[in-house]
Amino acid sequence: MDAALYAATLLTLAAIYAAFSLGLNLQWGLTGLMNFGGLAFVAAGAYTAALLTAAPSGTHVGGFGLPWWLAWPAGALAAALLALPVGAVSLRVRTDYLAIATIGIAEIVRLAVRNEDWLTGGPLGITGIPRPFEGLGQPWGQLAYLGLACAAVAGLYALAEATARSPFGRALRAVRDDEEAAKAVGKNPARLRVQAFVLGAAFMGLGGAMMAAFFKFMSPEALEPVTVTFLVWVMLIAGGSGNNRGAVLGAVAVWAVWAATDWLAAQLPGELATRAAYVRLFLIGLALQLILIARPQGLIGERIGTQR
Amino acid sequence: MTGAAPALAVRGLTKRFGGFVALDGVSLNVPEGSITGLIGPNGAGKSTLFATVAGFLAPEAGTVRLRGADVTGLPPWRLHRIGLARTFQIPRLFARMTVRENLMVAAPGQAGERLPLPWIARARIAREEAALRDRADAVLARLNLAGHAEAPATALSGGQKKLVELGRALMSGARIILLDEPAAGVNRTLLREIAATIASLNREDGITFLVIEHDLDLVAELCDPVHAMAEGRVIASGTMAEVRNDPQVAEAYLGMAIAPAE
Repeated sequence: MDAALYAATLLTLAAIYAAFSLGLNLQWGLTGLMNFGGLAFVAAGAYTAALLTAAPSGTHVGGFGLPWWLAWPAGALAAALLALPVGAVSLRVRTDYLAIATIGIAEIVRLAVRNEDWLTGGPLGITGIPRPFEGLGQPWGQLAYLGLACAAVAGLYALAEATARSPFGRALRAVRDDEEAAKAVGKNPARLRVQAFVLGAAFMGLGGAMMAAFFKFMSPEALEPVTVTFLVWVMLIAGGSGNNRGAVLGAVAVWAVWAATDWLAAQLPGELATRAAYVRLFLIGLALQLILIARPQGLIGERIGTQR
Repeated sequence: MTGAAPALAVRGLTKRFGGFVALDGVSLNVPEGSITGLIGPNGAGKSTLFATVAGFLAPEAGTVRLRGADVTGLPPWRLHRIGLARTFQIPRLFARMTVRENLMVAAPGQAGERLPLPWIARARIAREEAALRDRADAVLARLNLAGHAEAPATALSGGQKKLVELGRALMSGARIILLDEPAAGVNRTLLREIAATIASLNREDGITFLVIEHDLDLVAELCDPVHAMAEGRVIASGTMAEVRNDPQVAEAYLGMAIAPAE
């Protein structure tokens, strides 16, 4: 029973990461946009959905008690609305500026979440976020939630595939491969980039909403750049940038490794366990380096000519 | 619109990079239906002229008219839509696409590029794609590249890449195509092929060309009229024979023999 619950937790988190990773693949894999602030869009989705679904509380605004199927799309929309001005301003100039702008917006969002108590509950966070299917009891409720998370990721995957294989996706790849040539064949790079950036952010926002409901609690603690932004990059690059199946596979594989190292570290005696947390970060960074050297295309990379 | 308006009319076009004047009031006409040549030593401003006419660079002064309509300062993607396409001196193909995809992506006005149509109008997009694919294959057949449709663009030779550049321009449906050194670095056989293709596109399809070329024999064979540029200005215009005999052109080309064209 415990093993089943553990597996369900692991897979649910892998599914949530798959949503982030599919979003980053639209941005980086398909369009070549360096978003180093995934955290900001995850946070926008998570807090929006949390505020809409949680019970009323004296410590923060909201508590509207809305159903998840309204709150999750709202979370995706909030992330998209945050991405729109960031992309519209920075992508008009040069794509490198997006990397800087996204790092900046992620820090701003992190500070805002921590300090704007009236909105987010500050460090205390938002409690009492309902998780769909809780009423079914354990383990069925958790398994049902895993099913819901997988269904949501399947939907995102289908949308990402429809996008990547469409003429729109082809235009994004043109912009990614050579901006000047893309202009010469009639594409408006800034416009296409903003669209891809906003769409990818919406994926991350939906993942954030799924995360808030799964934790049933949302606080700044859940928004670490390492685990929310950086780990997603590792997943996408390990799985195969430019390939949606690679994005999902990378999320599951890297999350499994990440969770396993967490368990291993916990088995170590006292002081070593504390240090192991840092060793783990080092090892993930090392693994990324090794992948980039040995297999830069990832486990399953982009295939030329599969898009018709 | 009067039938007399040239396909492309450039007047007083000026482009500076800091203190360097790359285009110093360039004026020239590309008559409708012509293959117009543009010659001149390296650094004369020919490629800068292309980039400025095609909307990649904003001019400080001057106008560009396309069949009489003022298009000065329009971005390249707008010019592409209204019938002006260009190629690059060094081919810039989309590396992670097949040859066929490189052509298909260049068609203007694709409904499948407008979200949310790719998600909700799949049948319509599939029909559009099938038609585009046929068009791309027809262009590839004309360029003798049919066998390479499925190959990654990176697998082609330098000369074949030049042909794909031309193919992309043809996919735009443009009536005016700017070709930047179509023969540079191409072997003799392929050069003959490229020259024949340009001539037939001009004669049979009525496409107007403005061609930058260092191979003066090729220019003499294909182009009339010819404009010669040096130091950001047009120094001579006329038939190739006239331009070749112009003392200013001879002077501008002095030293070209020891510094041959790339």
